[in-house]
Amino acid sequence: MSTTSTKDHAELAGQFNADEKRVDWHDETLWWIRQKRDKAVNQLPEWELLRETASKIKEHGLSNLSNYLEEFEANAQANGITVHWAADAKEHNEIVHGIIKKHGVNRMVKSKSMLTEECHLNEYLTENGIEVVDSDLGERIVQLAKEPPSHIVLPCIHKKKEEIGDLFHEHLGTPAGVSDPQVLTETARQHLREVFLTRKIALTGVNFAVAETGEFVVCTNEGNADMGAHLSEVHIASMGIEKIIPKREHLGVFLRLLTRSATGQPITTYSSHYKKPRPGQEMHIVIVDNGRSVQLGRKDFRNSLKCIRCGACMNTCPVYRRSGGHSYHNAVSGPIGSILAPNLDMEKYADLPFASTLCGSCSNVCPVKIDIHDQLYKWRQVIVKAGYTTKAKTAGMKMMQWTLSSPGIYHAAGKAGRMVMKYAPFAVNNALNPWYKQRDMPKPPVESFDDWYKKNRGNK
Amino acid sequence: MTVGLFIPCYIDQFYPGTAIATLQLLEKLGVTVVYPPKQTCCGQPMANSGYEHLTTGCNELFIDNFSDFDYIVSPSGSCILHIKDHLHSEGRENEAVQIRHKVYELTEFLTDILKVEQLDAAFPHKVGLHQSCHGQRGLKLSQMTELVAAPFSKPLQLLNMVKGLELIPLSRQDECCGFGGTFCVAEEAVSVKMGVDRVADHLEHGAEFITGADMSCLMHMEGILKRQGSRVKVLHIAEILNSSAQ
Ligand code: SF4
Repeated sequence: MSTTSTKDHAELAGQFNADEKRVDWHDETLWWIRQKRDKAVNQLPEWELLRETASKIKEHGLSNLSNYLEEFEANAQANGITVHWAADAKEHNEIVHGIIKKHGVNRMVKSKSMLTEECHLNEYLTENGIEVVDSDLGERIVQLAKEPPSHIVLPCIHKKKEEIGDLFHEHLGTPAGVSDPQVLTETARQHLREVFLTRKIALTGVNFAVAETGEFVVCTNEGNADMGAHLSEVHIASMGIEKIIPKREHLGVFLRLLTRSATGQPITTYSSHYKKPRPGQEMHIVIVDNGRSVQLGRKDFRNSLKCIRCGACMNTCPVYRRSGGHSYHNAVSGPIGSILAPNLDMEKYADLPFASTLCGSCSNVCPVKIDIHDQLYKWRQVIVKAGYTTKAKTAGMKMMQWTLSSPGIYHAAGKAGRMVMKYAPFAVNNALNPWYKQRDMPKPPVESFDDWYKKNRGNK
Repeated sequence: MTVGLFIPCYIDQFYPGTAIATLQLLEKLGVTVVYPPKQTCCGQPMANSGYEHLTTGCNELFIDNFSDFDYIVSPSGSCILHIKDHLHSEGRENEAVQIRHKVYELTEFLTDILKVEQLDAAFPHKVGLHQSCHGQRGLKLSQMTELVAAPFSKPLQLLNMVKGLELIPLSRQDECCGFGGTFCVAEEAVSVKMGVDRVADHLEHGAEFITGADMSCLMHMEGILKRQGSRVKVLHIAEILNSSAQ
């Protein structure tokens, strides 16, 4: 679908599906998490009200974003935090690099931050001679495998424990063939402990930035953000402009929603508030736009900025579960990635809004009620109008339009070989009919309903 | 009450039995049904592919055909959802709006407008109900497992009135079958895998028939069943509700 030569979702998903057992395993693992989520949310009779409340708070926040950002900046500065503004990924990376250089070090520890994935910070710093160690276990695993994360909450969900054992054997010296999760986790813990103790600079993400107090909240299950930040001399926190919430009391709504949606836990193990640097420590916040204000200006798509990155839409997505996160070829995968990515590069990500059946399950699980599947539909319209589609597809659609707009032609086409089979939806953009590869065609009946009706009810 | 019967293109051409059952069922329930002969398609295949701007012809035709009826009924949740959400007309927006409010998918028309409480139907078989997403999540024909809300199901309510019918349980009550319009060919691998998994759930629980309110999903699953050489059949819910009790 995309006019670029890079592989698109369908192709990458096709590769993923070459190993059906693996697809089953991936699907079942994520479905199990969806079930844990269902169990957790059904324990709260007020769940739907919570979602509605969160959605409205975010809506208000987005509508008054510039005010809240300035309020946040002023309060953070008053707390002794240095605030930086980055218009795009490049500026973000340069600011972070600048801080590291200023302190004359060449290595850093980093907890999970999808924003830094979006900005390709690790690559940038590595090119500039700075070593970055990701301290989230899943992130560390994909980092060792030299892969991007495949899921925003569960970065290495695509890897089986045996594969992780092999990676640890190669990189962290565990005996060959060991895949006992307890042994592997303990190995990672020892490895990361050394990292935490020796890195002067720690970077964390931000889950929520409270305008009223100038503090930010980082949620992790492993406490790795805390270990890095507390032991560091310099703490850098990267956040997108949409992470703002107006008041501290709003946290009660979001913290209850976040992890129930993500994994079915009532709350993240660590929801750490950072308000000011401890004596002798430096604290920086980098506030990043990188296309967000453009998205904010797109009426149909601004809601996507409500996202709190819980990953529930991925876990529930029947397509994601059967195509794997890497098939979305973007830092944020799954349904939410598919509505965020085209804003960044419509041509490169033209395929993503089509990687969906529009089943709507994503919108139903979303804790901030983003109308994800409606936005997928709307992106399709935008992408086609912008011309990021193939000529063959457009030709097929025009043919279909011509046939369906005229009852005469339609019925003639039906008689001449079942119009539906010819144009819709099977053969639209393919010379060889991919329907038939793994599915039989419906058997054409002797007569269409139209013929039957004329014969049986024609004289009424 | 006069109802305009909307038969989507692929039902007209491939599943006339579904259309005939819909017509006969409505007539049995005392409704005057008219099938406007000049109808073609709701335009959804184009719109879902990103070509909503090419659906003007379909929209105008739909208004020509259906604006005079008290209600418009169709045995396809997906097409009805498309009309409800996307039928527009530059010159006749008023009529378009009216139509958007009086189109009904068959099962919701039976439960909500006709308020059917009993049916003279029998179908002594084990049946699995496929909840098609556009009907379920779009038209709210049934409660959705993602939400914390009281359960209900309009298709199920009707199937429960059918004598002898044994409804089988499913492991995943409302997972998408992977049809998705052009998705079924553009994303062939995932589409098929979704369909295979959905069918397997029904087979594991002993279904003899898979039914639902959307023939497009059933067509996709039928394609898979046939390729597997399975004896399990798909059947639109209209044909079950219209099956005579003997
Ligand atoms: S879009 Fe909604 S469900 Fe998906 S990650 Fe964001 S908040 Fe979670």
